[in-house]
Amino acid sequence: MTGKQPFEAVVTRHGATVLRVCRAILGPADADDAWSETFLSAMKAYPGLPADANVEAWLVTIAHRKAIDVTRAAARRAIPVAETPDTEAADAADGPASGLDSDLADAVAGLPAKQKQAVAYHYLAGLPYADVADIVGGSADAVRRAAADGIATLRRTYPFAAATKGEPR
Amino acid sequence: MNADDLARDLVRAFPGTPGDLRRLHDRLAAAAERDGILDVAYRTVDSPVGPLLLAATEAGLVRVAYASEGHDTVLQALADRISPRILDAPARLDATARELDEYFTGRRRSFDLPLDWRLSDGFRRVVLSRLPEIGYGHTASYAAVANLAGHPKAVRAAATACATNPLPVVVPCHRVIYSDGRIGRYLGGPDAKRTLLALETAA
Repeated sequence: MTGKQPFEAVVTRHGATVLRVCRAILGPADADDAWSETFLSAMKAYPGLPADANVEAWLVTIAHRKAIDVTRAAARRAIPVAETPDTEAADAADGPASGLDSDLADAVAGLPAKQKQAVAYHYLAGLPYADVADIVGGSADAVRRAAADGIATLRRTYPFAAATKGEPR
Repeated sequence: MNADDLARDLVRAFPGTPGDLRRLHDRLAAAAERDGILDVAYRTVDSPVGPLLLAATEAGLVRVAYASEGHDTVLQALADRISPRILDAPARLDATARELDEYFTGRRRSFDLPLDWRLSDGFRRVVLSRLPEIGYGHTASYAAVANLAGHPKAVRAAATACATNPLPVVVPCHRVIYSDGRIGRYLGGPDAKRTLLALETAA
């Protein structure tokens, strides 16, 4: 009988998506820790995961909780004026993101938490609104609205997009 | 800009680049080892008999697999038989890789590694555990091995034990051949068996 895949295959298949989600929710500085804690927790629990579980939704659920932990810990540490320099230093440390990409990253960072989560889990992780609702709470419709509001804000605050995409379709 | 364009831009803005993922993977492997949840660690090494998959539990080396067995198939079997908490984590297999390299370059005649025998039961395990007594560069017949394992009549069972050895090369089932000189079954195929025997007689 063939059971669960080796965990290595889970990391290979879902590692990039979880990293993108962690980076979108937390920014580059804290994303590595969130990714590491997500996969370590997932590996601990993996033998007990039902065979028919949606592994990606399960991983994003864990990443969501880890991101909340990281955000709370950061809030406890934070000194009120540290926000802007921290973000800049982290962006610089993350390497050669083009201006356009870092503009979008900044725009996502500025979204309210619910919108950011809806955008990241639906558009980056590809989860249906109902699955996102299971993770963040509330209804699928509420998630859909939060995602739409988030996208609308990104369109306004991410100015280079229109120029690079040409005429709107 | 529609939502699809934006989704594409989001993927670019929040990269999951291979270099970052390799670094994070290695960090995960180290943390899993530290926390005692790395049930099976594995790596592959190149050898004169092709790439070998090496897998170890915390107890010791549990599986050596030839490419002809299908490494993915073997890993899935380890997930089913032992635990799915399996990672490509070379550190646990450093000593194994070093001793194999010494063996394949003629600088080592026996292995000094902790072995996890859990994939062999009963008589098969008894047979396999006696094989290191066949010295480097020597061969023994299946009948002699059955005798060594305490059941002189169980020649066929001894042959099956050798043919299904989960720890080939390290546990030297390649040194067991038919008394009439035929080479017999081998997990890595007859060519691999001949290569190992030639290596040992040349050294």
